[in-house]
Amino acid sequence: MNFSTDLSLALPELILAGGALVLLVWGAFQSRANMVFSLAAVALLVAAGAAAVLGPMGRGFSGGLIADQASAFAKVAIYAASAIAIPLGQPWFQRRGVNNFEFPILIVLAALGMGMMASAGDLISLYIGVELHSLALYVLAAIHRDNAKASEAGLKYFVLGALSSGLLLYGASLIYGFAGSTHFTVIAQAVEGGANVGVLFGLVFLICGLAFKISAAPFHMWTPDVYEGAPTPVVAFFGAAPKMAAMVLFARVLAEGFGGAAEQWRQILIIIALASVAVGAFAGLAQSNLKRLWAYSSIANIGYAVLGLASGDTAGVQAMLVFMVLYMVDVTGFFACLAALSRDGRPMETISDMAGLFKERPGIALAMSAFALSALGLPPFSGFWAKFYVFKAAIGAGLGVVAVIALVGSVVAAFYYLRLIKVMWFDASAGATETPPVEARTIALALALFTFPVVLVALAFLDPLAAAAAAAFGLA
Amino acid sequence: MTIGLSHYLAVAAILFTIGVFGIFVNRKNIIVILMSIELILLAVNINLVAFSAYLHDVVGQIFAMFVLTVAAAEAAVGLAILVTFFRNRGGIAVDDAAVMKG
Repeated sequence: MNFSTDLSLALPELILAGGALVLLVWGAFQSRANMVFSLAAVALLVAAGAAAVLGPMGRGFSGGLIADQASAFAKVAIYAASAIAIPLGQPWFQRRGVNNFEFPILIVLAALGMGMMASAGDLISLYIGVELHSLALYVLAAIHRDNAKASEAGLKYFVLGALSSGLLLYGASLIYGFAGSTHFTVIAQAVEGGANVGVLFGLVFLICGLAFKISAAPFHMWTPDVYEGAPTPVVAFFGAAPKMAAMVLFARVLAEGFGGAAEQWRQILIIIALASVAVGAFAGLAQSNLKRLWAYSSIANIGYAVLGLASGDTAGVQAMLVFMVLYMVDVTGFFACLAALSRDGRPMETISDMAGLFKERPGIALAMSAFALSALGLPPFSGFWAKFYVFKAAIGAGLGVVAVIALVGSVVAAFYYLRLIKVMWFDASAGATETPPVEARTIALALALFTFPVVLVALAFLDPLAAAAAAAFGLA
Repeated sequence: MTIGLSHYLAVAAILFTIGVFGIFVNRKNIIVILMSIELILLAVNINLVAFSAYLHDVVGQIFAMFVLTVAAAEAAVGLAILVTFFRNRGGIAVDDAAVMKG
């Protein structure tokens, strides 16, 4: 492998990194974001996505960077979610007088870090990817800097995110020491036939750090506060792309680096999955703020994704990938609905604010109902197919009992989804809402159409693509 | 007594524990939390360099360089967020960061 081949493998990253720098200089000269600026950022993400799909595949930088089916699949999903966040967020900030040109640039930088996470083949590139996306996300959470809640959300996210990076890094240092290398493939050789105690100790720390990033219980405590405090379009971004990147990274580390310790990490993942489903279902019952409620919903849903991974085979990883893509649509769409709604100049964020929404805004109310039913997992919405894949994989891997317990969790969670729908459709209206901004409404309605019926067509394409991506991890 | 790998690992483990406890037990000042985060990263660096010397492998030291660089960037971002927090709230006590609960 010579250097130019290495560089060609990193083409999506190079496009995003170079493009972000150019945008930064451009932004510094005009100091106000406008439509062209946002479009340029979206174009960068589209170009990077095309480079990820069409570019060469292989391993570069002495194994530190992997471009394969899995990374291409994840990158397209990540860049698409990031590209949606820019037109959703920029006008929202403009209307609130926070017209920072940094918003699209930070999204591009976060996408760069997430792409690196999906391509990491080495503990060092893993760490760089995680930090690159985390640092951008901390700033995004606090970007509404005159808002007390947003800066508190940014601070909490920063402190707990830095702690999780510390845990991850401590684990990485122990793995490096006891396995003798930072490369996943070399670690896999050291772990073959059973890992020693030092490596397992490091692996536990690494899993804890990654569980923080995907907000799986018992490392979820930052999620409700950050979701409530951060600006709504930023939360639409937080809920989708970073989770996908971290889940793919999770699968990559465990499958490529620790195949020999599968028995051990599967047990940890099962505990994490069940704890997340339980916490998300029960703690969500007590919430009145919709952003907090959806934070608990995301904790529960990430539990199902981890359950797919806990199956420890190709079918499980495929289920996880399908689940994450369909869930990303749900969460982005729901927060697009929230970003579209306001009453008397205030955002509508509590369940009681939604009373009688169907009479006021039937389109948005229908879309929100679709997202709630999808997150609940009711057929024929996309969330049902997502859970179907996960449960099928879990039962196929002999985790039948675990799958049943997780299913009970989603029955409990049904209460808060159905309560939201009941309030929207049958309660008396709490007053007229303002006309929803066109971009948020368009995104919300388009994504609602995806949850049903477009998903039925999309699954026909998603299934083989996810299968090919999952096969790249080389599991049984 | 010769100083071996296990001594370095013990020091790093102690520093790491102090750092983690500093985040959770400290109820006074957010700056102390930032210092605790630095302590955690330094513990990791001691680990990496000790392993690097023990394994005769330079990758650990390269990793430590990356950690140092990222730690500097992380501190800059953290302090910037802390400044916006201070401007909104007029203080940086840990108890100030409690508008959102539940």
